[in-house]
Amino acid sequence: MAAISREEVAHLARLSRLAVTEEELDRFAGQLDVILQSVARVGEVAADDIPPTSHSVPLTNVYRDDVPVPCLTQEEALSGAPDAFEGRFRVPRILDEED
Amino acid sequence: MSDLTKMSAAQLAKAIAGKEASAVEVAQAHLDRIDAVDERVHAFLHVDREGALAAAAKVDRGEVTGPLAGVPVAVKDVIATKGVPTTAASKILEGWRPPYDATLVERLRAAGTVMLGKTNMDEFAMGSSTEYSAYGATNNPWDLGRIPGGSGGGSAAAIAAYEAPLAIGTDTGGSIRQPGAVTGTVGAKPTYGGTSRYGLIAFSSSLDTPGPCARNVEDAALLHAAIAGHDPRDSTSIPQPVPDVVGAARLGATGDLTGVKLGVVKEFAGDGSEPGVLSAFHESLEALVKLGAEIVEVSCPHFQYALPAYYLIAPSEASSNLARFDGVRYGLRVGDDGNRSLEEVMSLTREAGFGPEVKRRIILGAYALSSGYYDAYYGQAQKIRTLITRDFESAFERVDVLVSPTTPFVAFPFGSRTSDPYQMYLADLFTIPTNLYGGPAISVPCGLSEGLPVGFQVMAPTLADDRMYRVAAALESTVGTLTPPAL
Repeated sequence: MAAISREEVAHLARLSRLAVTEEELDRFAGQLDVILQSVARVGEVAADDIPPTSHSVPLTNVYRDDVPVPCLTQEEALSGAPDAFEGRFRVPRILDEED
Repeated sequence: MSDLTKMSAAQLAKAIAGKEASAVEVAQAHLDRIDAVDERVHAFLHVDREGALAAAAKVDRGEVTGPLAGVPVAVKDVIATKGVPTTAASKILEGWRPPYDATLVERLRAAGTVMLGKTNMDEFAMGSSTEYSAYGATNNPWDLGRIPGGSGGGSAAAIAAYEAPLAIGTDTGGSIRQPGAVTGTVGAKPTYGGTSRYGLIAFSSSLDTPGPCARNVEDAALLHAAIAGHDPRDSTSIPQPVPDVVGAARLGATGDLTGVKLGVVKEFAGDGSEPGVLSAFHESLEALVKLGAEIVEVSCPHFQYALPAYYLIAPSEASSNLARFDGVRYGLRVGDDGNRSLEEVMSLTREAGFGPEVKRRIILGAYALSSGYYDAYYGQAQKIRTLITRDFESAFERVDVLVSPTTPFVAFPFGSRTSDPYQMYLADLFTIPTNLYGGPAISVPCGLSEGLPVGFQVMAPTLADDRMYRVAAALESTVGTLTPPAL
């Protein structure tokens, strides 16, 4: 049985904001199925009582001294933007017109 | 080819400091070499001629000093360089010029190095061959029809082709060490948190580790020392002193390993490795025994689950990290015709801007993090990460370092592993456990198999980076460095 269906791949691509093509869906579904069948081996290990590791460095509460330091200027921050207007990032419409 | 391009970083630093060569001459010699060979090698995505010559002139005028003053360096294109194009080999960042420098780039400047340009890689550092670069693959200087390793194939190839004496790479699952192995160069992954990630375009934040690439162990140690150390701008940076990696490399070069215990991981034995790789590895072990080292077999039973755990953890983090490429703040924007919504423009931008491997990993990561699958995949992978760490810790109670081949196979021909992505993932079989644990590891050339370089990996405990340099330098002192055929 396949670990992941074409429909699931399409759903995940939508969630990931990837406008994938039909041809990509066909290809990715097969490839991701092979990958998932392989990585599913993690399930062989009995690890119920093992704590998870998210990070190899056990640092917590990392703060710096509360000293102001220079940051990017507005101009620098906008320098790579595909579109900017009056000192701001310009984006396509977010709401429908009737909203 | 100018003799200046054949010199080591240590020799160049000495020659420049002693006024036997000017920094401008050295930079020009390397720029000339790039002009002569990079059309065939394609190690660079961007060459910063003006910037390099200006930086070199500052060294010659005495305005910049430092331990590596005037020594050229190439930087992997995943690292932000102020005003110099930085793409992570992705179309989505084509033409982006960062408004700031990564911490390690600041440190490279402070050490006096001269940046030549930005090197090719697999897109967003996802791959083992540079075949996933959006700008075309890098060719291995040993055989232009073969891969240079990845993701940092450009950095390794630039060094192997004498286009630069030093380069910076990043290692998430082996992206410094495996390219080092297949190009006959040295590549070191420092302890996670030992080098700053500030200004590194994030792939998998809990694993990404910048580090040095060089043609010999001492040069790698010199570059390591120049970039390592605590950075308050990276919250995972370790606030502790950097081990004396340069001293350790020089100690190792004396060729004495009396009393040093090397652990050979039982579970790696014959695990898909090519026969030529295994025989070069075993000959290296014999050479190290002659230097006084003792070989101990150790068992790390969970290493066999490292590759599957990695391919859940890294894509999960990537799917989250790459959400920032939304066509708003930097890079590409596609389909903004005044009618389409933000969401449609975002989806079209990401579809056009990301290559197939990046898309596969984003989808895989989104899957592993989905409710219903989270515990079975991402959660379980994190538990295996704990078990792998315990395997390392118990091994290091018995031995000083672990050793293995760096990668199971020598440089493979282009196209031979792209149709089945999992076949590509196997290149990192021996390098990935270290990333999950967080310790340091180095690849050093140990011989040839069918005329192509083989890498020997030394893995050390967390924060004991000096140990791996000592063993690697000792091996280098007996097997020597490798020189590719003339290009």
